[in-house]
Amino acid sequence: MNMGIVYAIAYIVLAPFVGGFLDGVDRKISARMQRRVGPPLLQPFYDIVKLFNKETISVDSSQTFLLLTYFVLMLVTGVMFFSGSDILMCFFVLSTAATFLYFAGVITSSPYSSIGAQRELIQMMTYEPAVLLTCVGFYLAAGSFNVNEIASTGTSYIFRLPGFFVAFVFILTIKMRKSPFDTSTSHHMHQELVKGITTEMGSKNLALFQITEWYENVFLMGVICLFFVNGSITGLVISLAVFLLVYFLEILIDNCCARMKWQDMLVITWIVTFFTAGVNLVILMVIR
Amino acid sequence: MANITRSPWLLHYDGSSCNGCDIEVLACLTPVYDAERLGVMNTGDPMQADIFLITGGINSQNQATVKQLYDQMPNPKVVVAVGVCACTGGIFKECYNILGGADTTVPVDIYVPGCAARPQAIIDGIIQAVELFQKRSDDYKAMVKEKKRRG
Ligand code: SF4
Repeated sequence: MNMGIVYAIAYIVLAPFVGGFLDGVDRKISARMQRRVGPPLLQPFYDIVKLFNKETISVDSSQTFLLLTYFVLMLVTGVMFFSGSDILMCFFVLSTAATFLYFAGVITSSPYSSIGAQRELIQMMTYEPAVLLTCVGFYLAAGSFNVNEIASTGTSYIFRLPGFFVAFVFILTIKMRKSPFDTSTSHHMHQELVKGITTEMGSKNLALFQITEWYENVFLMGVICLFFVNGSITGLVISLAVFLLVYFLEILIDNCCARMKWQDMLVITWIVTFFTAGVNLVILMVIR
Repeated sequence: MANITRSPWLLHYDGSSCNGCDIEVLACLTPVYDAERLGVMNTGDPMQADIFLITGGINSQNQATVKQLYDQMPNPKVVVAVGVCACTGGIFKECYNILGGADTTVPVDIYVPGCAARPQAIIDGIIQAVELFQKRSDDYKAMVKEKKRRG
């Protein structure tokens, strides 16, 4: 349990730096894929500093409060995960956090922001089955929902949960707001929704949103690593390698795809979830 | 004072132009000129923008829009007029509906001449705007501090 607290504190302190750095790597690699030079690696941090230095204009004063709640709940999610408590609970808190983001979007009553927020809800509906199934998969394989116990059984789960892994990586594209599933907001300009759910967020509020995203990304990468850890150093190295590989894959997908309609996103994701995680689940239950 | 010159986000508005300058603005973001290496991002959102880039002149119909976009941008902010049209009204100056350059409606800080303005000139204009942006930001911070001190 003591180790858990150390991990949790490390998460709180380091996650924004890791997340921001990964974001910088993302922008650099994307630029290289498009044969551009690209911004410096620390660009995301420059952006954040600038945003904090600007005047805050918010359409509705409660927006800041809602975003703060989103931020805190995201923090709680990560802390719970890295301190080794219930993984199911982590994802419930994560969903609650996303709901606050939805409210922060609709409260402004801007049409772009509202449509973005509604799409955010649809995205939640899309990835939630895969997320819940992943939790169930861990339970079936490890006999516990507890992250601590899952991580310390001494075997990598990827051999028993490959289908769940594929499903989870698939929905990661939605969670990380990458093309083709970046329907609610996007890092790129000139979309049909301007900036989607973040349209009415300026200066400090946008910075807060950005930092929360970094926390979320690090948490999600933690879940990816959970598939590979087996208590040994090699397990840790492999999980870190896989984590970088998955991150690169997301960047590649982002740069290769145009955005999809949300209807297609919903159908495709559910089909993939059913045929990977679902089939894996059935096999797991039969073999046990 | 924090160095914030590394992250200028643009809001590009296309007034009464022939579209020539707009293409050049977009050319700045292509691999050849790659303005993103300077941290430049083209956001479509006034709430998140630092530099207001106007191409084309002001006519009686878009005047209100330009004014509103300018007002929606949070301080500190800088306005850049790209192309002769945005500077003075240019080739369309004599038209019955044209009121003139962008400075008829919003306070323009940097003028980038040319018809069409070359990407090099536009990037140069953006860099000058960034310097001004830093100065304004320092002033703005000092102002906020002063306000706090007075209570
Ligand atoms: S300055 Fe020339 S190229 Fe630019 S918008 Fe005006 S007419 Fe077109």
